[in-house]
Amino acid sequence: MFFLRGASGSGKSTLLNIIGGIVTPQHGQVNIVGHDFCQLKGLQKDRVRADHIGFIFQQFNLIPYLSILENVILPCRFSKLRRDNAIKRSGSVLEEATYLLNRLYPKGKFSFHRTTSELSVGQQQRVAAARALIGQPQLIIADEPTSSLDYDAREAFMALLFDEIKQSGSTLLYVSHDPTHQHLFDSVVDMSLINPHLELAL
Amino acid sequence: MKLRLIAKKSLISRRSTAILTILSIAMSVALLLGVEKVRVNAQSSFANTISGTDLIVGARSGSIQLLLYSVFRIGDATNNISFKSYQDLAQQKGVKWTIPISLGDSHRGFRVMGTSRDYFSVYQYGEKRTLEFASGKQFEGVFDAVIGAEVANALNYAIGDQVIVSHGTGSASFAQHKDKPFIISGILKHTGTPVDRTLHVSLAGIEAMHVNWQGAVKKRKASKALTEANLQPDSITAFLVGLDSKIASFKMQRYINEYKAEPLLAIFPGIALYELWDLMSVAEKALLIISMFVVLGALTGMLAVSLAGLNERRREVAILRSVGASHWHIMGLLITETVLLTVVGILLGLVLLCFGIWFAQPIIEKTYGLFIPVTAPNIREFGMVCVLLIASLIVGLVPAYRAYKNSLADGMSIRS
Repeated sequence: MFFLRGASGSGKSTLLNIIGGIVTPQHGQVNIVGHDFCQLKGLQKDRVRADHIGFIFQQFNLIPYLSILENVILPCRFSKLRRDNAIKRSGSVLEEATYLLNRLYPKGKFSFHRTTSELSVGQQQRVAAARALIGQPQLIIADEPTSSLDYDAREAFMALLFDEIKQSGSTLLYVSHDPTHQHLFDSVVDMSLINPHLELAL
Repeated sequence: MKLRLIAKKSLISRRSTAILTILSIAMSVALLLGVEKVRVNAQSSFANTISGTDLIVGARSGSIQLLLYSVFRIGDATNNISFKSYQDLAQQKGVKWTIPISLGDSHRGFRVMGTSRDYFSVYQYGEKRTLEFASGKQFEGVFDAVIGAEVANALNYAIGDQVIVSHGTGSASFAQHKDKPFIISGILKHTGTPVDRTLHVSLAGIEAMHVNWQGAVKKRKASKALTEANLQPDSITAFLVGLDSKIASFKMQRYINEYKAEPLLAIFPGIALYELWDLMSVAEKALLIISMFVVLGALTGMLAVSLAGLNERRREVAILRSVGASHWHIMGLLITETVLLTVVGILLGLVLLCFGIWFAQPIIEKTYGLFIPVTAPNIREFGMVCVLLIASLIVGLVPAYRAYKNSLADGMSIRS
């Protein structure tokens, strides 16, 4: 589990876009779960992203016109590997999504068929976490997932996320400017150490 | 989740604009196909006005004018032809039948046509259909009249009713043949041709009306007994000719056109009909072009709505990208939405058209004598729909390309 720390404007988003295969770096090497992104074409990178990476963003993670369940199973639409993984674990994609949602909503009482627009931000982040976890991708990237939550919700969310990631055995890349949780991680990396242009820009 | 399903849900979430877009496409499709249907039916009903007749003969004038007054009862003849010439030509070798036509009088806006009894057995319209009687029979006596379906319908006439014919063709004529009323002996079945709007009497009847008349003025004079024998007309307006063999029609046309006794004109009805339709096709083409522009307007409206919504959907696109969607998926999603809107619009348009025709059918038939059936789209209409679908695909490419550009710029970083 990695903690990537950096102030806003330090190149975090660019780095995430490079890891996600959306942006191709001008030089250097990117190796994601055994795939050299500099060698791959756009579509192949899309495939790697779909198969191996789950994302949780700061907010607005969910597609408003889809239900909670539909949002969670979305990655399985684009990745056969994750669909197969989900089926292997729970029998069906929907079963797996329901299982994950139940884990992340310990006291959840409401229907997962509701649309996501009525959810609070904290609930939305849990749905986003379930979506990132479905089909057990090797890499989970969480980009300030708790910054729009209040303190209690933040603590609860972090505990659940850590639980689930330990269960699935994925790698977590946690990106934040806030060092509060950095003691929980195996390794902490500061953006200013890996981005030489930052000094120049400042 | 299928891409099509996502597109559907996305459209449902924006239902108000989606419904408006669908409606505008539906209305434009209904208009386009409606115009096409009216055009095709008008043309076929037009071409079906007369059939089985090889030549139409009248005094020398223009072919369209002759067609108009002899078949469509529109306008008047410049000159009559003498009954002697008619008799002479009717006896020519190769002539199978002739129907004399004598026009010039009217009854409450409907034209009165003097003709022979052969008319009811020989005259053909549409696919070689002859006239049929809805009730009654053909005229026997001098003062018997047979009326078309529309005359009977509009004036509420029945067998045995008396009608008074006016001199001239205006609907409010002052000179009326009041002294010689006609009695309705038969009512024809509906044909969808000008026959429906005609009052048919014998040639002798036309003569009898005008006995004791000089020019258009009534003269007081003791009348003799009016029998068919002493009511031989001096002239008729035109006549229709049926020949034994079609091959002879050119020869016969030349013979009539070069007829020595008086200047005559013989025309082929098919060619004259074509010329006349060609004349009117300008309006029909203009109508079709206008409705094509309406369709274009609807497509442009859809494009505008789609492009305007694109900015709000950047977030959605970024989310889809982050869960593994490629650029192709994003473009596919937007094109699918456009095509989906168009398909629903087209289907709704077809329903609208069917209801529209069903509703307007009796009105159009009554006013214009044009029957428009509710039918499945023909190949041409199907082609139009296909072109529209392809056009929507092309229109869909524009927002799809824009979304592609946006997603290149945005990546997965989500801007609210």
